[in-house]
Amino acid sequence: MQSSTFAPWEDPDAKPLIRFKNVTKRFGEFTAIDNLTLDIFEREFFALLGPSGCGKTTMMRMLAGFETATEGVIELAGQDIAPVPPNKRAVNMMFQSYALFPHLSVWDNIAFGLRRDSKSKDEIKARVEEMLRLVRLEKFAHRKPHQISGGQRQRVALARSLAKAPKLLLLDEPLGALDKKLRQDTQFELMDIQEKTGTTFVIVTHDQEEAMTVASRVAVMDQGQLMQVATPDRIYETPNSVYVADFIGDVNIIEGRATPEGEDGYHIDWAEGQPALTAKSSAKFDKGQKCHLAIRPEKVAISAERPADAANAVQGRVHDIAYLGNLSTYYVELADGSIIKAQTSNTRRISRRSFTWEDTVWLSWTATAGVLLAN
Amino acid sequence: MSRMSWFNTVSLTLGFAFLYIPMLILIVYSFNESKLVTVWAGFSTKWYGELFQNDAFLNAAWVTLKVAVMSSTLATILGTMAALVLVRAGRFMGRTLFSGMIYAPLVMPEVITGLSLLLLFIGIGLDRGVMTIVLAHTTFAMCYVSVVVSSRLVTFDRSLEEAALDLGCSPAEAFRLVTLPIIAPAVISGWLLAFTLSLDDLVIASFTSGPAATTLPIKIFSAVRLGVSPEINALSTIMIGIVTVGVISASLISKQALVRQKRDEQAAARG
Ligand SMILES: Nc1ncnc2c1ncn2[C@@H]1O[C@H](COP(=O)(O)OP(=O)(O)OP(=O)(O)O)[C@@H](O)[C@H]1O
Ligand SMILES: [Mg+2]
Repeated sequence: MQSSTFAPWEDPDAKPLIRFKNVTKRFGEFTAIDNLTLDIFEREFFALLGPSGCGKTTMMRMLAGFETATEGVIELAGQDIAPVPPNKRAVNMMFQSYALFPHLSVWDNIAFGLRRDSKSKDEIKARVEEMLRLVRLEKFAHRKPHQISGGQRQRVALARSLAKAPKLLLLDEPLGALDKKLRQDTQFELMDIQEKTGTTFVIVTHDQEEAMTVASRVAVMDQGQLMQVATPDRIYETPNSVYVADFIGDVNIIEGRATPEGEDGYHIDWAEGQPALTAKSSAKFDKGQKCHLAIRPEKVAISAERPADAANAVQGRVHDIAYLGNLSTYYVELADGSIIKAQTSNTRRISRRSFTWEDTVWLSWTATAGVLLAN
Repeated sequence: MSRMSWFNTVSLTLGFAFLYIPMLILIVYSFNESKLVTVWAGFSTKWYGELFQNDAFLNAAWVTLKVAVMSSTLATILGTMAALVLVRAGRFMGRTLFSGMIYAPLVMPEVITGLSLLLLFIGIGLDRGVMTIVLAHTTFAMCYVSVVVSSRLVTFDRSLEEAALDLGCSPAEAFRLVTLPIIAPAVISGWLLAFTLSLDDLVIASFTSGPAATTLPIKIFSAVRLGVSPEINALSTIMIGIVTVGVISASLISKQALVRQKRDEQAAARG
């Protein structure tokens, strides 16, 4: 896709579209956003990820103009947006609660914003119909919001926010209520719109797969702070903390103490009576420093015999198997009782599986498979 | 539903009889042929006919209607504005005091409200007439309107207004295009309530009316002191009719709105 060439965040001269400068938002005593600094660039598809209550909606609401920052400055295209009221911002937001107008039909809900900019009747009609087609609600145009299903309401809310084709679109969990197929289709539609119109998207999602698919960059948040902001693959491959590694995808975390070895290699002592693990890391660790080795299950190989040339190999017993259709995850219990997950793709029929419960197996991975994290 | 015991049936019957037999008698006798109120002499609508010939009554009826329409409209505007401030404007200095003061006239004896208004009008040198009755009725009816409207506003989802702003409405447009249509049932039933309250008010009107303007309740009251006539029965029957229609439509509108609101809320919860 575009990601190979599109990377304005790496260009020191690039001007961000949105800039959060040391923004703090407090509700009374409670700090919802904690000294947050962030640049989002034009044409980005920026995904916000984080647990419930971490402040995603609050960030959106500050951009849309419904909350003002307690401290710090938010700039849109270089201008401080604090004095600009919501109706004067070239920003549209899709609300997490949809906020559809109950007294208006689906059609009128979508047309609502268009009618505000003195467009001609024909223009409005054409645009509304285009939006209805996009979210596949042509048949429901004349229903009221209470006469359609939850997923359909979500699509109306999405269509309403897209209709005005703003410079910046804020989507607060736009696809959560849709089935997988429709969600994927809509994701591609959004990416398509984004490529055609150059709109900047900020999207909140609880679905990390979605963030991985659509986003140019992902921000992982926790308790009002940014834990990491990076491209989806970097977030996945090189998380900067145990929190991020654990939040995105499945991961094994092995705690131990590092001993430097050679240029960028480390020995990790992790359990009594077990051979040390080896890992490579560009981050520096001191001798004896506590560290966490994070390894994705799909990077752990499972075999009956000890692989001859493996950098890391541990023996265990199959404790449980989770069959996911295309994949199987093996939960292997080591001698000390800890569990390590290994994932393999199911190229054979399930009955021909090589391992079963209680089998003794070897798990192995390379020195570069995992990431060594300080905290 | 379980069947009612005989005791419940009897108390219900007695209660309703107590409430409605007087009115029923009045209505029945308004169709009496005889001039004597206590003697039934056959069915007739002649008193209604005569009523419409009586200029004094018609005049009073016209004044009453004018007062009711003007005061309920004013009360609805002011009461809705007060409700908006009370429900929306978070905590501000004197909020509790303000809301208490808005509701106080609800429990204030009418004689006191009437008397104080009379003193005010004399004090500022306002001649008593239609205008003063309108002002007086507006004052006490706006409390009722603000109670009705604020109970609706409490459950109004603010994000609807935010969505309207987000889509380019000015705050005034957001109110007109989104908030007002949604709370309209409460506003209308507030208006109807204010209208019926104004229609049948005697106490406050008799303090604030002048020789130039007499309302129907005052007219009836002074006419009855000279003796009950079937004409007055007819007039009262008409008023009972109007008030009944007003109260029933107010309650129907707010009930319907409640049903719709429940349905919307359930829809929102499902969504
Ligand atoms: N108006 C408010 N007054 C007080 N606290 C608030 C207010 N709005 C949000 N908060 C608090 O701020 C925190 C962040 O809320 P926010 O809505 O941004 O969470 P979120 O990340 O969107 O969560 P979710 O994924 O559940 O939607 C929460 O703890 C919430 O309780
Ligand atoms: Mg949220």
